[in-house]
Amino acid sequence: MTMSDPEQEEASKGLPDAEPEGAIVDGDESHERWLDEQAGPLVRPYVMTRGRTEPVRGTFDLITMVVATGLPAAPELGMDPEHQAVVRLCEEPMSVAEIAGQLNLPTVTVRVLLGDLLSKGLITVEDPQTEDELADDDDLYLAVIDGLKAL
Amino acid sequence: MDSRRFDRRGRRLPKATKIVVAGGFGVGKTTLVGTVSETKPLRTEELLTDKSVGVDDVEGVEAKSTTTVAMDFGRITLKDEFVLYLFGTPGQERFWFMWDEITLGALGAVVLADTRRLADCFPAVDYFERRGTPFIVAVNCFEGSRRFELDEVEMALNLGEHVPIVLCDARDKESCKNVLVTLVQHARKTRREKRPVEV
Ligand SMILES: Nc1nc2c(ncn2[C@@H]2O[C@H](COP(=O)(O)OP(=O)(O)O)[C@@H](O)[C@H]2O)c(=O)[nH]1
Ligand SMILES: [Mg+2]
Repeated sequence: MTMSDPEQEEASKGLPDAEPEGAIVDGDESHERWLDEQAGPLVRPYVMTRGRTEPVRGTFDLITMVVATGLPAAPELGMDPEHQAVVRLCEEPMSVAEIAGQLNLPTVTVRVLLGDLLSKGLITVEDPQTEDELADDDDLYLAVIDGLKAL
Repeated sequence: MDSRRFDRRGRRLPKATKIVVAGGFGVGKTTLVGTVSETKPLRTEELLTDKSVGVDDVEGVEAKSTTTVAMDFGRITLKDEFVLYLFGTPGQERFWFMWDEITLGALGAVVLADTRRLADCFPAVDYFERRGTPFIVAVNCFEGSRRFELDEVEMALNLGEHVPIVLCDARDKESCKNVLVTLVQHARKTRREKRPVEV
């Protein structure tokens, strides 16, 4: 497989099967082909992130909490509708998993969108504790036990 | 000092933590998550990428280009600034990368078991034992499993002495609460035992 166009290589990196049987893999033509014919609904998330599979900033655990900072999203920030949907959703604090579930997107896509928003100052995030931090946080265990009992 | 972030209205971002709910297909994972969650369980469909599927795993994964793996989860707001998430493991156990992601940083895990198909929960028990994740076994009472069955389950699973086994009804909120409280108490105890005494 020869892929010389770095942009296209980037675009196909995360696809489960970016090289369909019998497809021409060189040049723009094949790019369009798999967009049209391959993977059906799965293509959309990759188009949405312009083929990117890694966020420009942040790591975003499934339970990293996200909230909109409330900064206005100026047009020059280049916001896609999906970015705007995430910002609207995060009026209230919400986890990465919930954003994915609510928007019906895979978390890989949501992470890329969140990375864009973080780099533009449009969201604030709070990462969860690591396992080591957890083990040291006895108050957390007690708070969870109390909270569960009170449900 | 508390380093938690504040949102623009000066509220703290909630602290999030999670519990894993594992077990074989149809054992009641989604039911349990739904019973204690404040909203209907949410679901995400994750894409399988080369990175996430080990070479051995690719075999048997049909229709590669459209393979996704579903994950169910629910949310419990314990206090204003405190959220607990429950994650059900994906049905197909070959997707271990998803188990890794769900389990990393979890307080602990509930392994649901059905006495009619006990072997279905073996992979989950093995996984959490190997990983050192605190877990308990909850026997879901599909056909009125009785107390004496717990001893049989314990023998069959060959669990460490102190791994709690409880009966539950995944459709009953009090029962699910009891399962989760038992897990977190157990996790608290094992974590404390594992930590070296501070000087
Ligand atoms: N009798 C009984 N049925 C249950 C119980 N928990 C779940 N079920 C039923 O078992 C089926 C499978 O449950 P589900 O939660 O989807 O299993 P999952 O595959 O582990 O997520 C559903 O039809 C449930 O209504 C239980 O405690 N008792
Ligand atoms: Mg389920």
